[in-house]
Amino acid sequence: MKKFRLILSVLFILPLIFVSVVSADEHDEDADTPPIGFWEECETPQNLPDELTIGAIFGLSEAVAVYGIAQRQAVELAVAEVNAWGYLGEGVTLRVQFEDSAGNAQQAIAAMEKLVVEDGVLAVLGPTLSTEAFAADPIAQENGTVVMGVSNTAIGITDMGDFVFRNSLPEEAVIPGTVEQAIDALGLERVGVMYGDDDDFTISGFDVFVDALDDNEIEILSVETFARGDRDFSSQLTSLIARNPDALVVSALAAEAVQIIIQAREFGYDGPIIGGNGFNSPAVLDQSGEDAEGVIVGAAWNIGDPDPEPSSEAFQQAFVEEYGVAPDQFAAQAYTGAWLFATAIRCADSDDRADIRDALAAIEDFPSPLGLYSFDENRDPVHDPIAQIVFEGAFLPLASVIEGAAESDE
Amino acid sequence: MDGILLQQIVNVISLGSIYALFALGYSLVFSVLGVLNLAHSALFMWGAFIGLLVTDRLEMPLWVGLIAAMIVTGLLSVLLELIAFRPLRKRGAARIAQLISSIGAAILLVNIAQLLFIRVYNRVEAAYPRGLVPRQPIIIEELGLRITPARLIVVIAALVVMILLQYLVTRTSLGQQMRAVAFNQRTASLLGINVNYIFLMTFFLAGALGGLAGVLYALITNVVDPFIGQNIALIGLTAIVLGGMGSINGAVLGGFIVAGIQIISIDTVGSSYRDALVFLLLFAILLIRPQGILGQPESTRA
Repeated sequence: MKKFRLILSVLFILPLIFVSVVSADEHDEDADTPPIGFWEECETPQNLPDELTIGAIFGLSEAVAVYGIAQRQAVELAVAEVNAWGYLGEGVTLRVQFEDSAGNAQQAIAAMEKLVVEDGVLAVLGPTLSTEAFAADPIAQENGTVVMGVSNTAIGITDMGDFVFRNSLPEEAVIPGTVEQAIDALGLERVGVMYGDDDDFTISGFDVFVDALDDNEIEILSVETFARGDRDFSSQLTSLIARNPDALVVSALAAEAVQIIIQAREFGYDGPIIGGNGFNSPAVLDQSGEDAEGVIVGAAWNIGDPDPEPSSEAFQQAFVEEYGVAPDQFAAQAYTGAWLFATAIRCADSDDRADIRDALAAIEDFPSPLGLYSFDENRDPVHDPIAQIVFEGAFLPLASVIEGAAESDE
Repeated sequence: MDGILLQQIVNVISLGSIYALFALGYSLVFSVLGVLNLAHSALFMWGAFIGLLVTDRLEMPLWVGLIAAMIVTGLLSVLLELIAFRPLRKRGAARIAQLISSIGAAILLVNIAQLLFIRVYNRVEAAYPRGLVPRQPIIIEELGLRITPARLIVVIAALVVMILLQYLVTRTSLGQQMRAVAFNQRTASLLGINVNYIFLMTFFLAGALGGLAGVLYALITNVVDPFIGQNIALIGLTAIVLGGMGSINGAVLGGFIVAGIQIISIDTVGSSYRDALVFLLLFAILLIRPQGILGQPESTRA
């Protein structure tokens, strides 16, 4: 029996050794020109312990896993690169401890407690939803540990304290520009509005939409609400569409967004649908197919950006190679978040949490997939957003589609 | 505005058909066993999932998906009876133990589906193929009505199945045996009815109904994930309590009432109050008529 166990464990370990040797070889070739990182700006750190652990809280189960699984994949990719390229110095390994928040605020609190208090991680990425962030981030703040949201876009996230960061452009930064461009381009006058009224993210999106519509003197014909997890929107859509709006304005998460798009088309509405950040996912495009034509959404990142950063291209390539699917904005932001943490640790050359916070806040013009990236004085992200429209099955920059349409008209 | 009202009525009928089918499965098991099968919502989800696999992965037509889903969920339901209910019943466990056991089974079924989703689709949700049913709506211009073929299929399928079920329960020998077992297990077995066989058949029927409801629901809402059963679990319970526990017509009536309140409340007071209104009505019914609208007092139920 003992012999059998020995053979078994050898059988298990052999391929592991083989794989690690092979993958180490592969990465040596890439190591010449890493497309991302402050390789020049900050010296290779000398004072770090051999193993550093950061935490990550993502919704890995329940409906929110649409985002959470892509986020985990992106962070795993980033950390593998950081380690393979020796970003934190020879022999220093960065580890990530993942926790599942399942879209639930209570579970996010428990996960944050575990990471910050029990495990004592250096910094935390996440949680996925703004609702979870409002519940869990104060724990990180109280314990002097940096927490960085990579998908929290609700108003007021970073007001929770000086250890709370985010790299996801808040709705208030993306929506007004999107609404204005859509109104200019399409000549909208009357719109119907629909939003989820039981989620911080969709509520704050709704508030910003209403402000932006008011600023542009657009008439709101009617406001309808729904709840997270709803599947049938026949009642709301029936009464909105009966009022003949020029556009539907919808603040929803991806799962509901898909249903709303498809069902709106089934009820005979073929005009534009202006959406919040939740619409900005390949999953929404995949699942709503041709019904998504004319969906307008602002974004922090677009895979079809005609003029991408080199690090964005490299990220896309690596992600597709690793996981076989194209990354979305949430993956790009999570990937950037992990690299920002690694950069803060590299520049701080310290495993002290306060030093890491200061180094993170000081990051300026970091060449990330999101563009040249900085934090403002409120620890909110600063980089250019991109307004996009679904055209022939893809998110394209709104400006270029309108231009193309104008040219073909002439 | 009349157009809106008519359209909303159509919406109520299509949503209500699904709720009614789902509630029927709950009701069948309850009337025969006297126990709620809380894993019924997991069977609903599995129905939607099997329909998805058959139509999307195997690229079969819809009717194959419907039948496959009903057979698989029916068998899963039989398995539930064999694993989660019968052993407990044999040991004379309390009804509450069987209830808890069914909750455990529900969690297990959802988790297995979650693993399968990730394995097959690399995420926890997936959509029915686009061309499965025609998308061109049937438009009745004079009334301002638009009916999508998917919703029409839902209503027709639900109606046909409900009529068949009514026939089966009232006109066939199996139905008579089921009612005998529901009335009194002991007496039924003394009369030579194979009670365990009736239980199996009841579970199969209930599971098939739940699975059918799942596919039809997914036809309207397009996307399936392992958690679509969560919302409908409570809706189905509400429907059978409203209509009358253990009454087949009551389950159908309850399903339509819940759908009606949901649609009307969204249209008039907003979705925030939707579930509040549904449960307020449930509360009122429990106070005024505890046996439900069409229910009979415990002693005469059969």
